[in-house]
Order: sequence, then C-alpha cells, then structure tokens
Amino acid sequence: MSNASQQRVRVLTGNEACAEGALAAGMRFYAGYPITPSSEIAEVLAEQLPRYGGVFIQMEDEIASMGAIIGASLAGSKAMTATSGPGFSLMQENIGYAAMAEVPCVIVNVMRGGPSTGLPTLPSQGDIMQARWGTHGDHPIIALTPFSVAETFSLTVRAFNLAEQYRTPVILLLDEILGHVNEKVELPKDGEIALVNRTLPHDPPERYLPYRHTESGVPPMVSFGQGYRYHVTGLAHDESGFPTNRASEIEKLLDRLHRKIEQNRDHIVEVEAYEMEDAEIGLISFGSSARASRHAVRLAREAGKKAGLLRIKTLWPFPDQEIQAYGDRVKKWIVAEMNRGQLAHEVEWALCGRAPIHRVTVYNGDPISPLTILNRINQLD
Amino acid sequence: MFNYDQYLRLDKFPLIWCSGCGDGIVLKSLLRAVHKLGLQKDQICMVSGIGCSSRLPGYVDFNTLHTTHGRALTFATGIKMARPELTVLVITGDGDATAIGGNHYIHAARRNIDLTVLLFNNHIYGMTGGQVSPTTAKGKKASTAPYGSFENTFNISGLAQAAGASFVARSGVYNPVQLENYIVKAIQKKGFSLVEIMSPCPTAYGRRNREGTPVDMIAWQKENSVPVAKAGQLTPEELEGKLITGILVDIERSECRAEYQKLIDRLAQS
Repeated sequence: MSNASQQRVRVLTGNEACAEGALAAGMRFYAGYPITPSSEIAEVLAEQLPRYGGVFIQMEDEIASMGAIIGASLAGSKAMTATSGPGFSLMQENIGYAAMAEVPCVIVNVMRGGPSTGLPTLPSQGDIMQARWGTHGDHPIIALTPFSVAETFSLTVRAFNLAEQYRTPVILLLDEILGHVNEKVELPKDGEIALVNRTLPHDPPERYLPYRHTESGVPPMVSFGQGYRYHVTGLAHDESGFPTNRASEIEKLLDRLHRKIEQNRDHIVEVEAYEMEDAEIGLISFGSSARASRHAVRLAREAGKKAGLLRIKTLWPFPDQEIQAYGDRVKKWIVAEMNRGQLAHEVEWALCGRAPIHRVTVYNGDPISPLTILNRINQLD
Repeated sequence: MFNYDQYLRLDKFPLIWCSGCGDGIVLKSLLRAVHKLGLQKDQICMVSGIGCSSRLPGYVDFNTLHTTHGRALTFATGIKMARPELTVLVITGDGDATAIGGNHYIHAARRNIDLTVLLFNNHIYGMTGGQVSPTTAKGKKASTAPYGSFENTFNISGLAQAAGASFVARSGVYNPVQLENYIVKAIQKKGFSLVEIMSPCPTAYGRRNREGTPVDMIAWQKENSVPVAKAGQLTPEELEGKLITGILVDIERSECRAEYQKLIDRLAQS
C-alpha cells in the first residue's frame, strides 16, 4: 500500500475517492474499458489493486468488463467496473444477467452528455432512466447518487454493502463534475468502516439451494470452488438454479427478485433534508446539481424565502414516500437536474398532482448555476 | 465400461439435443478426459454461452455457469483471474464464439489466459432453427441463406492461432479417442487452449443441405479429414473442402494470470 493511501486527510477527485472507497469496501477485482470521464477510476486501481493482491484487468470492451466482474464475483471476489454513458449502454445485457442470477457487483457510471457519443468531457445527469430500465424485462435495481467527493467515498462503500447484502448489481451514478472536482476528504480508518459480506449457507452442499425462496428474499450465496457445485444461468430458473418453463416457478422467482428490494426499501433509500423543517418551496435534486440547489436554498433563505432541499442519495428504488411526506406543507416543488426532466417526471408520479412541480433543466453541457435555480424560486411568487 | 454417471446430473436428463446430434459424443469424450486427468469435480468450473452446445454444463456435476450469448470467455476470464486454482473449461459454438463473441475470442487467445475452450463447430445456428453462421460453407443453405450462403467462412482454429493461443487442435466426433486425447492435452496446457470439434447437426443443417443420415454426416467427416502432417504435402486445390485435423499449435508462451501473479509478487517485495 502506498503512503498516499494511508494518509487520512487528502485532496481527491470524485473518481479517486470512488477508487479509494472501493478498496476500503474490500473490492479486489476490477475489470473495465477506458472512457472519459471515468478513466481515472481505472488508473488508480491499476496502480493500487496489485498492491492489495487484487486483480485489475483492462478488457476489450464494456460487455467483456461486465462479464468479467460477474465471473469474479461468483468466484468470491467483490468486483466492480466503471464507465460512462456509451459504455453503460454496452453493459446493459450483462447487468440484467447479474440481476437475474443475483450476482453482487458494483457498476459506476460517471455520466456525460448524451445520447450517443454526445459530450465526452461535459456533465450530464441523463442516465437516470438507463440506470433503472437499461436492461430488458422486469427487474429491481439499486442506484446511489453522491453529491460530494467525501460522499462518493462513503456511498461507494455502501454500494458494495448493499450489493452483498441483497445479492444484486448496484449502480453508482456520478457525473463529470463530481468525477473531476477536487475536494478535501477525511477518509475513515479501515476499522471504522462497516463492511457487509454475502450470507453463506448453513446447509450442507447436498441440501444447498442457490436460489432458495427465503423470508428475506435473499438466498445465501457460496462461491464456486467451495464444495457446493451448483448451476447458474440467466434463464428463468427454479430454486435449484436450473432452467424452468413452469409458470408458477417463474412467477415466484420474479416476485422474490422484486420483494427482496421492495421489502427492504426503507433500509436502502436515503435522502438528505436540508432546511426542509419549515420549507414551503421544496427543491429536489441529486449529484452535482444538488450542490447548486443547496447554494440556491441559502441565497433564498437570506432573502427571507422558506426554501429547502430534499437531496436524493438513493435514486432507485425511488424515494417516493420520502417526497410524499412533505406533500401537505410544501406548496411548490422545483426539480433541478442536468437532463430534460427525467427526475421531474418521477417526482410528478410520486406526488400525483398534490403540488405543482417546476423544472430547472440544463442539458447543454453547462452545469446548473445556483442563480438559475434562485431565479426560478423568485419566479414562483 | 467407463462410469460416466459419476460426473453427470442424471436428474437433468434427457438431454436437450436432437437424436443424431454429435454433442453427446463430445460430452462423453470430455468426461473421459476429466477422469484421465484425475480432476476433482469441485475444482472444475465450466462456463458456456448460448446455443445447443452451451447447454452442456447443465448436465455435468461441476461448478457450472451458463452465461449470455457470446460472452462465456469474459465470465471465464473473470473467474480465472480471481481464482487461478480453478480449472476453467469453456463450452461454446461457432456462432457463439466467432460471430457475437468474436472480439472476446481473439482477445482471450491474445492474452493466452489459461482457459480450455471446447468449440463445437456444427456450421449452423441449431438452437434457433438453422440460421447461417460464420462457418457455414459458401453455397450451403440455412434458413437465413435460403439460396445458399454467399459469404466466406472463418477458419476458427487459424483465428485462435493467429491471435496467440498456445494450444490449438481440430478433431471431430467421428474420432472420439483422438478427441479425448486432445481435450486432455488442452487442459494440461498452461495457456489458452482450443479444441475445435466438428459436431454434425442433422436436424438444422443436414436436412436442409441433403447431407443424409447422422451416420452419413459422421462418415463424411471421416472421409474428408486430412491429418495435419499429410496436409503439408497436398496442394491448396487438393485441400479444398477438406478438414485438416490434428494438433495445429502446441507452443510455450507466457500466460496471462501467471504474469499478473509475478506483478503482485514483485510489488509485495518492494
């Protein structure tokens, strides 16, 4: 381990903090393909992972990267990849595989402007829906959205913990600003970080069911090569892991996949309320747009307006209940995001018309300015 | 009589394969090879993609992983890099490995990562009903080449050789003893090892191309195979339409995971 890694107070970019957080979480397998603005994550890990005895491998594309981390996770390693929009698109089929076969892994998407090659060096938050629905079919997903370098570290750790606890792929959505901004961070010591590992089976090999319909919805998981020889497939399967076309088994599987996330949504979903105690104007935002939103709230408060910010840390499952809780007091909502309204659409759905929703949408490669949001607040009067 | 049952998940039988399919002969050759090498079942991880041959892992009592179409080698690379002590066998087909998975195929060979690939070449997409594949010979019919294929074909073994594989052999189901021996050598080889196996598909390929019975198709293989030693004495014209069989590549070349381990060890000392 290098000296730099042992210093607790450091100046890091979001991408560097993500790599450090992953190492602190016990990630020991990284596979990826270079893409702006995420490549620094791979570069840090190419240097650090072999020092930890872990594996870094640059694959031939993002499809291969996603396949490799699933294989490594099944072999017992905490594994991750990092990419940006175009690469995230290529990963989608195997993200669906990880959801279906319940393989813990973390996928980092440092968002840039799209669609297509789009804006490689400029920020965006346009992958909200790709994170939710990028792969085909009904599937649950967890997506986390930090807003600072320090929080990128802590939510990267949390992404691994949730992946292990719920046997699921977890997506960490950063954006170009967060990936490249430098901030002072005080990193926790190794012993201060709570780590979660996949639950091992109590059953002996002959009774082990890798996809058992447990009460928690999460089946215990054992790595390949540990004496439990079992089958993993992306086909619809029964509790034993083997393919089935029986309607009752298929329904049970898909219901359990959703149940394991839905019944634990209160544990998974996190928001931060900022100046929301008496707020009548509520902002909803996430990632680097939430930084501008927070600044706008401060400026509005100085001008005597009761504004607050509900900052989303868990984007999926969506924090609908947390937003609904303010439904009677907050008179007006403003959703600030760097896309054409993907988050606002979801907020509208959550609030079912109980309050008007106003949009601040920037999708031209510029970051959102606090003054743009403040102007929108002032226009509400 | 060899006891195949010790390696099989008999409760998953009957096999999905059509009667007359060559894949069962490969399965038996593979199990004899595993036995000959004395490999423990827990130590074997078998990874496959999508297609008829890729259903094989479901029938064998190893750690088995049935992945997405064309991507078996990527999953296998992750497993081998994470747990090099496992013996990783990859089951794939001509479409799976060289059409949708072509990029992974050449890169796994380039890395010379210690995987053993059994590539079942039936010259067709059997599972989806007989569509044209990168190895369907020019003029041969498929459901998506109803007038005969107009494309050139891949030389699958040549591709692996050019990309850097350290072991390449070609055989067919007409010669299961040879096949077994090649699989043994492929697993023993430290590096990317390919055994390209000619496995006839009477249902989706043979019927459409009037190749006769399954026995006729296997007999055709036998009559048209030329051992690699003999092939060197023949002209390109004489080799037209022939299958060159034998061990095509057997070289020593640095292996990916072993090289990575050297890096880990070097950094640990510094």
